[in-house]
Amino acid sequence: MLASQIGYYSLILGLLMSFLITPICIKNFYNNKIIDIKIFSFSFLQFFLVFLSFFALIISFVISDFSNETVFNNSHSSKPLFYKIAGTWGNHEGSLLLWLLVLTFFIFLFIIKSNDQPKKYRILTILFQQIIIVGFFLFILSTSNPFGYLFPTPKEGLGLNPILQDPALAIHPPILYLGYVGSSIIFSASLAGIVQNYISKKWAKHIKIWILISWIFLTLGIMLGSIWAYYELGWGGFWFWDPVENVSLMPWLCLTALLHSILVLEKKSSLTSWTVILSIATFTFSMCGTFLVRSGILNSVHTFANDPSRGIFILIFLSILILISLVVFFLFHKEKKNEISKIYFLSKETSILINNWFVMYFLSVVLIGTVYPIFLEVISNEKISVGPPFYNKLIMPFLIFFLIFMSIGPKLHWIKTRFKKIKIQFFLLFIFSSFISFLIIKNMSFKNLINSFLISAAFYLFFITLKDFFSKEFSNLSQKISHFGFSLLILSILLNSLFSSELTTNLKVGEKISFKKGIISFESIENKKYKNYKSIVGYFRIEDNEKRLTILKPELRIYNQPYTITSEANIKTTLYSDKFLVMNLVKGNEYFNIRYQVKPFMIWVWISTLIIVLGGIHSLFKKNHEK
Amino acid sequence: MYGKKVKLRFLFLSLILVSVILSVFLILQSLKENVVYFQSPSEIQKINEISKKKIRVGGMVKENSIIMDSDKINFIITDFKSEINVIYYGAVPNLFEEGKGVVAEGFLKDKNYFSATKILAKHDENYMPPEVKEAIGDK
Repeated sequence: MLASQIGYYSLILGLLMSFLITPICIKNFYNNKIIDIKIFSFSFLQFFLVFLSFFALIISFVISDFSNETVFNNSHSSKPLFYKIAGTWGNHEGSLLLWLLVLTFFIFLFIIKSNDQPKKYRILTILFQQIIIVGFFLFILSTSNPFGYLFPTPKEGLGLNPILQDPALAIHPPILYLGYVGSSIIFSASLAGIVQNYISKKWAKHIKIWILISWIFLTLGIMLGSIWAYYELGWGGFWFWDPVENVSLMPWLCLTALLHSILVLEKKSSLTSWTVILSIATFTFSMCGTFLVRSGILNSVHTFANDPSRGIFILIFLSILILISLVVFFLFHKEKKNEISKIYFLSKETSILINNWFVMYFLSVVLIGTVYPIFLEVISNEKISVGPPFYNKLIMPFLIFFLIFMSIGPKLHWIKTRFKKIKIQFFLLFIFSSFISFLIIKNMSFKNLINSFLISAAFYLFFITLKDFFSKEFSNLSQKISHFGFSLLILSILLNSLFSSELTTNLKVGEKISFKKGIISFESIENKKYKNYKSIVGYFRIEDNEKRLTILKPELRIYNQPYTITSEANIKTTLYSDKFLVMNLVKGNEYFNIRYQVKPFMIWVWISTLIIVLGGIHSLFKKNHEK
Repeated sequence: MYGKKVKLRFLFLSLILVSVILSVFLILQSLKENVVYFQSPSEIQKINEISKKKIRVGGMVKENSIIMDSDKINFIITDFKSEINVIYYGAVPNLFEEGKGVVAEGFLKDKNYFSATKILAKHDENYMPPEVKEAIGDK
């Protein structure tokens, strides 16, 4: 009760801070030489108030205060404490409050970390960021108030969707938001940069840190969501090209392109317009994602409650932001004439441009695949869906060239490279990797041209980056780590999808089934009772053709509040492969539905993603040392 | 004559333009081949020709219609106007239950018989695909 009150009023006070900061900023912009200390204090105060509000919501969840509507809708007194806390952002209202918290935190961080930047540029960034902050305040207060009051107070809450009661999903939203919201700083900073005509080498160096931070968190956030889908949804896959996944991939692709083009800006101060467009696009895609996911247009676990007014609000807000950025871009942006230097075809710049071209192509594939069904439904009322074959067909052939450019590109020099310098080693490695992929394909009697080319290309990148580690060429190490991780990622995804095997069947307790790789016997089931769910654990003995035994114990959880059955896959992970077994119960039948999968190199998908992120982290710290 | 820079720019722009046109063409082309249409049991009754393309069928799982044996699951999808028999070899997701919404993906054998290759997952007990909601209408 009290906590909710405090939370609500500090949220309103937080909004008032924006109206205090804005005039001070405008006055300060024209006045003094140094930045007004009041801006620091009010920004901190705003962050603190939002934090207080968020903390109050957590308290309401912890003490199960069901007079709070959000708590009532999403919590239950029998839930473990960890999920009471994680439930704070496992719903629409709370997750938006978290988003706002990160927004105010990041702008505060920006103010104190950008001392070496021009004053007017900093103030303008704060102003642009305040537009976004006010937008989110209004959005929360008008359509998604997390502190709605219920009277009479219900005795018990409705509970959190059980498939969200999971450790990976408890940290997935905060991590992902750090990535999304980080892109808002890049957005505001590039708008401010345009107005001040400050898109320069110095700007690139300073904004690169923010790009890296957002990119690292966005990558980690997507990975966490993917890990969760792998073990919780029971498909045994980790990426489904579902629209909800795609909307997080789009800003990621944009950000990745930006991460590369900013290098050209930093070193050569060219590609200014393109970099700015990418910065604006990244945040726009983040917002579009929010719009599609939260408006109920896309259905998923992220759609908490369909409320058209929310969708309309975000849509209007999004249009305003796009309008502002277009106006700023066309009114203020000036291409610096003298800095268009000569472009040679064989240089790092061109290879980065080629990288950007490919990434933009992947982006448009994902964008059209995601948006087209929505438009078609609006226009012709026909309902369609676009599945994995579409994406595989359009992305895989291009990925081959992408990987090859990724291996050669970083070897080129800035400005100009001579042909002589491209060593014969590259060609040898290429032949070597083609040979290896030939062996793999031949052994498995697998016939698909694109796949074999793709494996060769991935191996090529793999060996080229590996060679650098061994020959201790540690210049530009972060890029090498990330590219190495990427080659490993593509390889493990490919080998995983090519060599996975699956068996689905229905079994009664005590039955066994033999299949081409061994025998599965369903030994017994055991019932257990926990605080907020009953569990049925199945014991499965799997004996493969070499007489090796694996015991797998998948679980069914029957949650009481809300009544839901979830199946927890049991996964035995080794470095070579994952053995994955999930069972399902169909009411009124004594058969259990079983899905058993052997997935080679599964763990390497996650390890390689972490390696990619590691490259980003390395680059971040390297930058800090240079200061 | 134009300077070298202008020429280069022109070349660059036309390259971008050509590649954009090519990729959009490519994307739209494969979109045509790879979309999966959604149909309700009533809509299936109205079609004239059984196509070999993959489709999705959505509705409710009819009460007392699930029959399981050791390798397959049979059930009936209904939208309370028409129904269709479904045969499915494979794993069912959580929350697959009689009287609940379902979306199945697969191939039509004839107007009353659907061979499913996949049953789509749902995420919570109140959730109903909008297609299903619409297909069922207001009963």
